[in-house]
Amino acid sequence: MNKIIIENLSLQYSDGTESLRNINLGIREKAVTVLFGPAGGGKSTLLRCLNRLNDLTEVRASAGRILIDGENVLDADTDVITLRRKVGMVFARPVVLPMSIRENLTYGLELAGETRRSKLDEAVERSLKLAALWDEVKDRLEDPAIALSGGQQQRLCLARSLALQPEIILLDEPTSGLDPISTGKVEAALTELKKEYTIILVPHSVQQAARTADYAAFFLQGELIEYNEGKALFTAPKEKRTEDYITGRFG
Amino acid sequence: MEKSLNWREFVITRSIKASGYSAILFVALIFFFLVREGLPTFGEVESTSLLNIRWYPIEDRFGILPLITGSIMVTFGATLIAVPFGIGTAIYISEIAPRWVREILKPLVELLGGLPSVVLGFLGILVLSPFLRVFLDLPTGLTAFTGSLLLGGIAVPTVVSVAEDALDAVPRAYREGAWALGATRWQTIWRVTLPAARSGVITAIMLGIGRAIGETMTVMMVTGNAPVLATALGSLFSPVRTMTATIAAEMGEVASGSTHYHVLFFIGMVLFLISLGVNIAASSVVFRAKKRAERILS
Repeated sequence: MNKIIIENLSLQYSDGTESLRNINLGIREKAVTVLFGPAGGGKSTLLRCLNRLNDLTEVRASAGRILIDGENVLDADTDVITLRRKVGMVFARPVVLPMSIRENLTYGLELAGETRRSKLDEAVERSLKLAALWDEVKDRLEDPAIALSGGQQQRLCLARSLALQPEIILLDEPTSGLDPISTGKVEAALTELKKEYTIILVPHSVQQAARTADYAAFFLQGELIEYNEGKALFTAPKEKRTEDYITGRFG
Repeated sequence: MEKSLNWREFVITRSIKASGYSAILFVALIFFFLVREGLPTFGEVESTSLLNIRWYPIEDRFGILPLITGSIMVTFGATLIAVPFGIGTAIYISEIAPRWVREILKPLVELLGGLPSVVLGFLGILVLSPFLRVFLDLPTGLTAFTGSLLLGGIAVPTVVSVAEDALDAVPRAYREGAWALGATRWQTIWRVTLPAARSGVITAIMLGIGRAIGETMTVMMVTGNAPVLATALGSLFSPVRTMTATIAAEMGEVASGSTHYHVLFFIGMVLFLISLGVNIAASSVVFRAKKRAERILS
C-alpha cells in the first residue's frame, strides 16, 4: 500500500543549484524507504518537499503532485502546520533546544496547544521508549538536553518528532555525525519504528542504505534512476549507473 | 628572512594592541577632562541649588533637575517608539520579507541611519511640529513629544540594523527544527529565533537608547528648549530642554572658567555617567544570558 505518491515532480531553486526532474515514486506504508545517491542528487530536496520545508527557501519552479493519503500536499490551501505535525523530520545535525530533556519533548506538543500534564508525561515516556532512549535518560529528564552525547541527542530529536504522533518520519542523514555504536542504536530504533510508521531515510553511506532499506531509490543529479525492493536493488541492480555507484566506482 | 618576518609580526601585533588600548585611553582621558572641568562646580554652587528646579544661568540659578527630566522624558518616549518599531522592522526584514524586499529595505534603513540629524530637525520644525500643534490642539508644536517622535525615528535604523544582524546570525537549523515540529512562523520567531538572538537584540536596544540620549541637534531644534521641570505625564506635550541641547546651546557663549562653564561640564559628566550606566546595564544583561547558556552547556 502506498502512503505517499509522487507524480511528475520537478523543482528548481531560484539560484539554479539543486533540482529535481520529473520524479515518479510511490512510498510504501510502514516500511523504510531509502533515498540514496551522490551529494547534490536532490534527495534532501525531495525530503523537504514532503513536509513543505522548501516553502521557506526560494523555489523557482515546481510542477507535479505529492499525494499523502490521496491529498496533494503541494496545493496552495494545504494546512502546512498540520502537515508538518503529521510528517515529522529529523535533521543531520541534532538541533536540541536549550532546555531540559523533558521540555525538548513536550515543546512541539505545547506549540500545538496541549497543556495537560498527564498527556505530556505520557508522550514523553512513549516517545523516548520508541526512540530507544528511555532507559538511558528516565532518571534525569530534568537535565539539560545539551549534556547528552551526540547519539543521544539525535535519538532525542527523533523522540521529539515522535511525541507529536506523526504518521511519516523523514530522516535526513540522521547518523552522519555519530559513531558506529550510536548509529547502530538509531538504526535499531528505526527497525522497531517501521512497524507503525512510514519512514523515509536519506542515509549517509551506501552501507547504511543497504542495511536499512526495505525499498530503495537511487538518485543521480536530480533524477530517479532506479527504484526497487532494497534486497533486489543492492544485490542485482538493473541500471549500470546504480551498479557503478553501489560498487564504489564513483560517488 | 625568518628574522625580518618575526620583526614584522611583532610590529603588527603591537600596533593592533595599541589601537585597542587607545580606545580605553581615550575614554579615560575624556572622563578625566570632564571631571577636571566639571568638579569645581561643587565649590562654586551649593549642591542643593543644583537640585533646584530653575535653570537661569544669568541669575546664577543652576538647577539641572529640569534638564535631567527633560532628557529622560524625551529619551524614554523615543525608546518606546524605537524599540517596537525597530525590532518589528528587523523581524520583518530578516524573517518574513521576500528576498527582493529585503534587498531594497535593508540599505534604505541604513541610509536613513546616515541622515544628518539636523535635516530631521528641520523636517520636525517645518512639518511635524505645526502638524502636531493643530492635530493635538497645543499652544506650541515644539514639545517633548515632538522630540520623542523624531528621536525615535533616529534610533530606529540603529536598532533595526543591529537587531537584524543578530537575527540573521541565528543558524537556519534552529528555524527548520521548529518548523519541522509544526511551529507556525510566529511561534518560530517568538519562541526560537528571538530568544536565540537575545543578546544581539538587547545590544540593539541599548545602542538605540544611547543614540537617542546623546542626540543633540534634533532635540535642540524641536523640543522648544524651555527648562521646565517635568512633573506629570502632561509635560510630555509641553516644551522641555535636554542636557545635550543645553550644553550645545550655551557652551559657545560662556566665559571659560566661569561657574556657568563648570556647570555645563558637570552636566556633561552626568550625561557620561548615564550612558555608562545604560551600557553597563546592557552588558550585564548580555553577560547574565551568557552565564545561563554556559550553565546549560556544562
